[in-house]
Amino acid sequence: MFLINCPHCGERDQSEFNCGGEAHIVRPKNPLNLTDDQWADYLFMRKNIKGIQFERWNHSNGCRRWFNVVRNTATDEILKIYNIGEKAPQIEGNNPKTPSGEPIIGSGNYSTSFEKKQ
Amino acid sequence: MNKKPKKYSVFSLIKNAFSYHENWQPAWDSPEPKKEYEAIIIGGGGHGLTTAYYLAKNHNIKNIAVIEKGWIGGGNTGRNTTIIRSNYLWDQSAALYEHALKLWEGMSQELNYNVMFSQRGVMNVAHTLHDVRELKRRWHANRLNDIDCEWLNTQQVKKFCPVINTSQNIRYPVLGATLQRRAGTARHDAVAWGYARGANAMGVDIIQNCEVTNINIKEGNVTGIETTKGLIKSKKIGVVAAGHSSVIANMVGIRLPLESRPLQALVSEPVKPIIDTVVMSNTIHAYVSQSDKGELVIGAGTDGYTSYTQRGGFNIVEDTITAVVELFPLFSRMKMLRHWGGIVDICPDASPIVSKTHINGLYFNCGWGTGGFKATPGSGWVFAHTIANDEPHALNAPFNINRFSSGELVDEHGAAAVAH
Repeated sequence: MFLINCPHCGERDQSEFNCGGEAHIVRPKNPLNLTDDQWADYLFMRKNIKGIQFERWNHSNGCRRWFNVVRNTATDEILKIYNIGEKAPQIEGNNPKTPSGEPIIGSGNYSTSFEKKQ
Repeated sequence: MNKKPKKYSVFSLIKNAFSYHENWQPAWDSPEPKKEYEAIIIGGGGHGLTTAYYLAKNHNIKNIAVIEKGWIGGGNTGRNTTIIRSNYLWDQSAALYEHALKLWEGMSQELNYNVMFSQRGVMNVAHTLHDVRELKRRWHANRLNDIDCEWLNTQQVKKFCPVINTSQNIRYPVLGATLQRRAGTARHDAVAWGYARGANAMGVDIIQNCEVTNINIKEGNVTGIETTKGLIKSKKIGVVAAGHSSVIANMVGIRLPLESRPLQALVSEPVKPIIDTVVMSNTIHAYVSQSDKGELVIGAGTDGYTSYTQRGGFNIVEDTITAVVELFPLFSRMKMLRHWGGIVDICPDASPIVSKTHINGLYFNCGWGTGGFKATPGSGWVFAHTIANDEPHALNAPFNINRFSSGELVDEHGAAAVAH
């Protein structure tokens, strides 16, 4: 449970939003030539990262617009919010020290301000 | 080293009573890891411990280590709502879960450890016409698979579970239910402890507080693991890391179709026996049973996003409590005592992955999502077979990772939903 700073509506409770899963998965350009394994990879396989993850969110009970979020899945801290279609930003986040390690604080009600692109 | 554990009995209980229960031997040892093992199991939850137990018992592989990041049974094994049932829709899942249920029935005897398995029945309630059709379909599918299942109409539901609200004037009235009488609950910690004790007695090393940081691979074969307690060599590695399966898979570049999400549960203050079965409803997302201590055990849903925080949103709990109170108005003034979350690895088809991988000697047992507890012994049984023979058991062959490429998915969203 955390707050999300919707770029259009401002800070709202997470329950107003729907998570659309991992961001920056591009639909294959040549679907007819894909093997079954490549289709499976596109459709089903996910990074499911513990740490800094890029994902899509939709403000489904608000403005109903999509945007991208950089979130630390080990703490639920939101590090950056940016527009759909923008490149994934380089973010040095507070990743867990060991791959399965636990953060000192399990979860936080962090939010982040939305930086408009010039 | 592994001393043979003394058998628990009424005589050992009396004997130890004379020394104020201060001289019980530890149920399992805590050794330092050896340099090399014949097989390594990553993850000391129920599924990992049963895998080690059946590797030792059924396949005569004794030189095994179970590597656990925290303490055994401290993950989802100690966080679930302990419901055990096998009323799944498809043949593949029904066979796997029924195999597990049969192992549950003999578990306390086999382990000489009381897992408090109580076959109090699990009732799946229907609230809409669609529910009735869907549950009747599952009832018939179960009967064709030799799994006990009955259909109850509204009056029979009320008779079987008198505290349920069968008023037809509520938003989601009870229109009927399926009942699996052999289903029930068990003491979840005892399952982990019993299998740990049993495996340890056969020579399995249980290594707690040891996190795996990397998996070493040479020319397509696993050679060992790097841990916070140093390098451990092995040619066979089974990963049973539940919510953290993807973290392990990402170490070796294996892509899994999993999303790890928080799943919450809560218990109430203890009260006198009031509900002697398990009541589940998919439609309004509620399920409730009563523990031997008298607490109501209530399971909530998963959050809609990936998170490893072991805590979820309050809105999820609120939704579940709303549904429970409508179904059981007399619970409305009870206080909830404890509330927690676990990280579940959810598969797109709500079925597990118990499979070999393209790396020789590396095996994955994951994707049990919200309903792995009931499968604990069966999962270990088939996974041990897979590791020992380098070939899947007939029961877990359909749960291969390749099903996502072939399209042979085992879609159990209907049967897997809600009851965890």
